[in-house]
Amino acid sequence: MSELAVHCQGLVKTYDTGDQKVMALRGVNLDIHTGKLMMLVGPSGCGKTTLISVIAGILDQDEGVCRVFGQDLLHLQQKDRLRFRAQNIGFVFQAYNLLPTLTAVENASIPLIINGMKRQEATRRAGEMLERVGLGQRLSSLPAQLSGGLQQRFAFARALVHNPRLIVCDEPTSALDHETGHHVMELLKAIALDDRKALVIVTHDARIFEFADGIARMDDGHITKLEDRHVKRERAVMGAMRA
Amino acid sequence: MNYIALKMLMGDRGKYLGIVMGLTFASLIMTQQPAIFVGLMMRSYSFITDVGLPDIWVMDPKVQFIDDVKPMQDMELYRVRGIEGVEWATPLYKGLIKARLANGNFQTCNVIGLDDATLIGGPPLMLEGRLEDLRRSDAVIIDRDGAVEKLGLPGPDGKPVPLKVGDTLELNDRRAMVVGIAKTTRTFQSQPVVYTTYTRAMMYAPRERKLLSFILVKAKPGEDPRAVTERIRRRTGLAAYTQAEFQKLTYDYFMENTGIPINFGISVTLGFIVGAAIAGQTFYSFTMENLRQFGVLKAMGASNWTLLRMILLQATLVGIIGYGLGVGLTSLFGWAMRNSILAFKFPWQLLVYSGLGVTLICVFAALISIRKVIALEPAVVFKG
Repeated sequence: MSELAVHCQGLVKTYDTGDQKVMALRGVNLDIHTGKLMMLVGPSGCGKTTLISVIAGILDQDEGVCRVFGQDLLHLQQKDRLRFRAQNIGFVFQAYNLLPTLTAVENASIPLIINGMKRQEATRRAGEMLERVGLGQRLSSLPAQLSGGLQQRFAFARALVHNPRLIVCDEPTSALDHETGHHVMELLKAIALDDRKALVIVTHDARIFEFADGIARMDDGHITKLEDRHVKRERAVMGAMRA
Repeated sequence: MNYIALKMLMGDRGKYLGIVMGLTFASLIMTQQPAIFVGLMMRSYSFITDVGLPDIWVMDPKVQFIDDVKPMQDMELYRVRGIEGVEWATPLYKGLIKARLANGNFQTCNVIGLDDATLIGGPPLMLEGRLEDLRRSDAVIIDRDGAVEKLGLPGPDGKPVPLKVGDTLELNDRRAMVVGIAKTTRTFQSQPVVYTTYTRAMMYAPRERKLLSFILVKAKPGEDPRAVTERIRRRTGLAAYTQAEFQKLTYDYFMENTGIPINFGISVTLGFIVGAAIAGQTFYSFTMENLRQFGVLKAMGASNWTLLRMILLQATLVGIIGYGLGVGLTSLFGWAMRNSILAFKFPWQLLVYSGLGVTLICVFAALISIRKVIALEPAVVFKG
């Protein structure tokens, strides 16, 4: 049974750059349900990254409401917000942002350690997650020893190891070739998505749009078009069957 | 998170070694230079320390430090002996006299004339011969360093042959025969020390009306030496100091009237500043390079307090290692130089002082880094 994972209403965010004010979000409304993969797409500077930052609770909006699994992060105390983020949100970054001096298994165990788990247990659990993403043989590798595709898999393992309910990804395939990008998306969808989790991906990469259940097209701080790819796909299947 | 902090620190070998080297350098300079300074300053009164038996030193009121001898008349000795609370009082001659070596060279020596009867004021440790041998004709006892270095004669291979028991030299045209070799603490001027009897020292010394340099006094059992000192001052008009007071007088003279404290102070301050700059700058740039990683941790839910502890742990670790290496190198330096002319004294207070200095550098380095990390917006992680 799908539930509302993210509810954004009237989100406004302005950056003060000194000389001028830049309005990154101009009243964004968006709902994301569990079990769905939502992609935020649009040209550079349209507000995608700002929106995902607000949803992830690492940036405060100026106006509007953003609830994640019913929690209004803006009004949570700093300590509670950190705890909520640590327990419920997994991050995948464009530049992977793996700690270069830590091995794969150590990198993957960080969210568990932040959540207070003992290092030994966290390492064991991280090892299991790396097995799931097919990297059981590379537990002791350093990020620099791995290709971009493998680093992204490690980043997935780190984002998922603590079983978060919302996974936010920033351009997860931008540095990968077409084939690797497809593999990575298949893997992400297979292991990250279930009835209690939601996945939000910011991307420019049209090659992976086919994996989306919904696409929010953004421009100049607005969501200009919201496509329900799930419904679109069902209609296409039904049409094909009728034909 | 401690483990992660340490791996972040040690994983970047170049930066890690840079920070440790900076702190090692600072710690080395902050201990080695003061250790030389302390050694040098202790040498200024080492002769007073070596003459351990008397409680009180009596001298002309104009004397400013141990080598600033202003002779008194011999009758002053009898006046002091008559003062209440004095157990005994003996004369001591101290003066610079040129010694003529067997090869014709001259060397200025510090001649010490001891009371003929008691030989009080003699060297702290005899290495060869006995102190009583001074009662033999023309007898002198030489300190080992002087015998080896400045009074040694060039041997056939060019290396100096140390002066030994049985050798002779001339002091002011009078024969002196070495009857013993003693170990003494090096003095500030590092001249050879020649011990002899007071009467013989009078013969060696250039003829002057007054030749008594110091009167060494022992207070009677139960008497407070400071009270006896005060009594001697009042009754004789001479200056009288306890051993500790005379050491301090000498120490203060060198502190106030020589450039030594300023020179060493500049070295130590420069070491501190350079060490702080190297360590602080390297640590800061290390944190700046890892700022994005701290941002990732922050985004994932790590609190500012957690990050602060990580940085403090990193600073503490490099501080301890740098301090340990610096102090270790200083100790090694002191050990290597133990038999040289170099003054070196490494008291425990220097460990505390340099430890505080290194702590200050680490706190400074950590603070400037922590400020950046605390102010860091976690949203930085989404910027490509």
